[in-house]
Amino acid sequence: MMHTHAHPAARRATRTALPVLGTALALALAGCAPAASHDNGAGEGDPKTVTLAVHSSFPNEEFAKAASAATGYEVSVIAAGDGGELTNKLVLTKGAPIADAFFGVDTIFASRLVANEVVEPYRPAGLAESFEDLAILPEESSGAADSSVPFALTPVDQGATCINIDPAWFAEQGLTEPQSYDDLTKPEYRDLTVLLDPTASSTGASFLVGTVAKFGEDGFADYWQALMDNGARIEQGWSDAYNGQFTQGGGEGTKPIVVSYGSSPAFTVSEDGAATTSKALLDTCSNQVEYAGVLAGAANPEGAQAVVDYLVSSEFQATIPDTMYMYPVTSDVELPETWARFAPVPSETQLNDLPSADIEAGREGWLKTLSEQIGL
Amino acid sequence: MRGGRRGSGPWAVAAWTLAITLPLAFLALFFLWPVVSLIATGFVADGRLDLSGIPEVFGSARTWHVIGQTLAQASLATVLSVALGVPAAFVLYRLDFPGRTVLQGLMTIPFVLPTVVVGVAFSAVLGPGGPLAALGLERSLTAVIVALAFFNVTVVARTVGTFWARLDESASHAAQVMGASPVRAWLTVTLPALGPALASAAALVFLFCSTSFGIVLILGGREFANVETEIYRMTVQFLDLRGAAVLSLAQFALVAAVLVVSARLRSAGERAVQLLPDGRSLRRPTLRDVPVLAVFAATIVLLHAAPILTLAARSLRDSSGEWSVANYVALVQPPQEFPLSGSVLSAIWLSCRIAFVAALIAMVLGILIALVLSRRPASATARRGQSLFDALVMLPLGVSAVTLGFGLLLTMHRPLGIGLDLRTSAALIPIAQALVALPLVVRILLPVLRGIDPYLRFAATTLGAAPLVVLRTIDLPLLGRSAGLALGFAFAASLGEFGATSFLVRPGEQTLPVAVAELISHQAPGAYGAGLAGAVVLGMVTAGAMLIAERLRIDRSALGSRASGSWAGSRAEW
Repeated sequence: MMHTHAHPAARRATRTALPVLGTALALALAGCAPAASHDNGAGEGDPKTVTLAVHSSFPNEEFAKAASAATGYEVSVIAAGDGGELTNKLVLTKGAPIADAFFGVDTIFASRLVANEVVEPYRPAGLAESFEDLAILPEESSGAADSSVPFALTPVDQGATCINIDPAWFAEQGLTEPQSYDDLTKPEYRDLTVLLDPTASSTGASFLVGTVAKFGEDGFADYWQALMDNGARIEQGWSDAYNGQFTQGGGEGTKPIVVSYGSSPAFTVSEDGAATTSKALLDTCSNQVEYAGVLAGAANPEGAQAVVDYLVSSEFQATIPDTMYMYPVTSDVELPETWARFAPVPSETQLNDLPSADIEAGREGWLKTLSEQIGL
Repeated sequence: MRGGRRGSGPWAVAAWTLAITLPLAFLALFFLWPVVSLIATGFVADGRLDLSGIPEVFGSARTWHVIGQTLAQASLATVLSVALGVPAAFVLYRLDFPGRTVLQGLMTIPFVLPTVVVGVAFSAVLGPGGPLAALGLERSLTAVIVALAFFNVTVVARTVGTFWARLDESASHAAQVMGASPVRAWLTVTLPALGPALASAAALVFLFCSTSFGIVLILGGREFANVETEIYRMTVQFLDLRGAAVLSLAQFALVAAVLVVSARLRSAGERAVQLLPDGRSLRRPTLRDVPVLAVFAATIVLLHAAPILTLAARSLRDSSGEWSVANYVALVQPPQEFPLSGSVLSAIWLSCRIAFVAALIAMVLGILIALVLSRRPASATARRGQSLFDALVMLPLGVSAVTLGFGLLLTMHRPLGIGLDLRTSAALIPIAQALVALPLVVRILLPVLRGIDPYLRFAATTLGAAPLVVLRTIDLPLLGRSAGLALGFAFAASLGEFGATSFLVRPGEQTLPVAVAELISHQAPGAYGAGLAGAVVLGMVTAGAMLIAERLRIDRSALGSRASGSWAGSRAEW
């Protein structure tokens, strides 16, 4: 008797429950469909699509449109995080890459991609000769500037990490402006400097590289110790430092010295465009190059090469200053006027640089040293 | 006899099997597999098991510093949250005053506010130029703890409050009639009765605090890093998967310990307390409530309102410090150089769509899980299985977002032979958010189901109702009442979710929290201000969702009268 009751009722309940559940899940997945319209995986099965993995602040949509028109492929762009995050994702997915090509790995992490054999060497035809030196070659090649050697990583743009200061603040206090790395450790500039944690920010790591280049592997830690003893403050990210702490950062900051970029003074220009309120110290700069490349195992290697070609073409290079605040790797592009006036490029003798391979080899040790010596 | 009948219908067996396997499969596929895969990568070198990372990581002073910080932050923040949360629970759930329900709704908002927003807000208050900059608390343990309390006071107030609201205080009154002071009566009678609710709340808060990511990263820096931010640093900056795997295991152990201890505390403190239907115990505030009211007011004003209002004020100033709505205008019509794809309106719309899907997934799975967990099986094995299931559902709260994000990257390349690369699919975003929202949904629905008088089900069964009929006529209608609240929580939590979303590979569009984070860290002039404005908008949208959800929550007095006065053994949980 219990059975005759149980069965129809149970069946009825299940009959209503199951479709409801099914519909809900179907809806749930279908709901994502419009958002997933860019999902071509790694261009799987379709030779006309090509996917580019980029860092977070990249003009995804405009690029996809322009690159599709220029290359004849259907280009889609996926964002995979900044600096180390992008690099490590590419390393972890080696063999089954999430895209065909990538852009946005900088000097600090470049060698990690080469050492882990994540990239397929390729030499785009369009890269201006004067910028070929910036390219990173595959490990086995001797480093000769032979025009037939393919690049492991192709440079797409470059900028400099430099100490920025607020000249008006120093004028007001009747203090001379600091000029060099060493000035920052002087007592008159006590408690005025904001640095970036090199373990958390690639801009911070770039500044660290500059100090290693300047003071050597044996001397950089003492320099950092002197900075800390002089009241330097360490922030986790560029925005916390620049927008949060710097007197010209647009917030309520109180520190007139900050680690930022060589191009930053171009963005603190007064409304009439006549003057800027900040200044980069050109002797404290280190170069930061952003690279692109073809991923090993790409589903569409020809498409990936076409996208890398497009990245170094004058058409794309012309958009770099305005959209990414970096300098292009071609001399054809006319820089915005404010850049020419307020954001001069440091000369080669002023730059404090190290080869990318040395950075990869030394970085962990340097950070360990800093951690032990100054508790960073 | 009951057990025999329950297993009698094959359809019932099929339905329960489905209710167990569907959530289990979801968690196994999108949570356990990715997380275990990533951790396993850290313990394999050249194809062989390599455990050398364990002694190495635990031999480092930095590891112990980080573990010490995690425990210190979580314990102190839990103490502070309970200390401020209990007065709030009393005021909001025992006292009767105009605007009480609105305030109850408003108090849930801090919990669902995105950490990016709260981090920025606290920096604005404590940092240079902020109203409390003079305290010098900005980079300090205190700042981290206070910010953690910002989120979690509301957890305590709600968890303890909803239980307290139904607590019969005649025993306390009796104690006072017999000469005990109100304080003594509270300490000896009321406090022990609240014990299970307090234990449950404290455990949940401890869990949230010990695995907090964004807020600790922003406010703590490297000095006040916890295990979670250290895993982030190791994975994202150094690709030190070995070290990250060891720390992940340490985090697992910590979370498991918290879950076990809280379950023990709950069952040890569980006793037959006399509970009343909701709303019966309210009384007007009197003079002697003034100290409690003062604590509550200070909490609201200093802890909650000050950071939010400072943030709002900042967002309404332009770069030269003048009042202006320029930041909001820039959100709607972003300059070309902003790191936005489309205007903020499209980001809001996308976030809402994704959050809706995530909430739907979390609700479907959460209802199934809550139904399964609410049964009281006779066999000990089944009960043990049930508590394992419970722990598995809670685990996403205790696993690092970085580990999940990178794990998904390792495993979602054509998972299970499906010809789809899920790693780069937007479908992964709502799935990751649903994982985060699921424990909340279960914790909201479960007490309602467990609170149903067992006699009600028993009576129905005795009268001949089949198990699924009991389910349909007793469980589901009662579940419906809190489903609105659970849906709102799931939606708001998904909307504000940042950690897991930000570590996924994202095709094209940005969700609002991701857009805010990118604006705030972008060099373009005005991007920072627009980011602050975006944070305010995000806060308002989440708050709006929460307030609507509170409205959807039908008064529970109906539930109370139906389920009779005896709530013995009902659990104090969300």
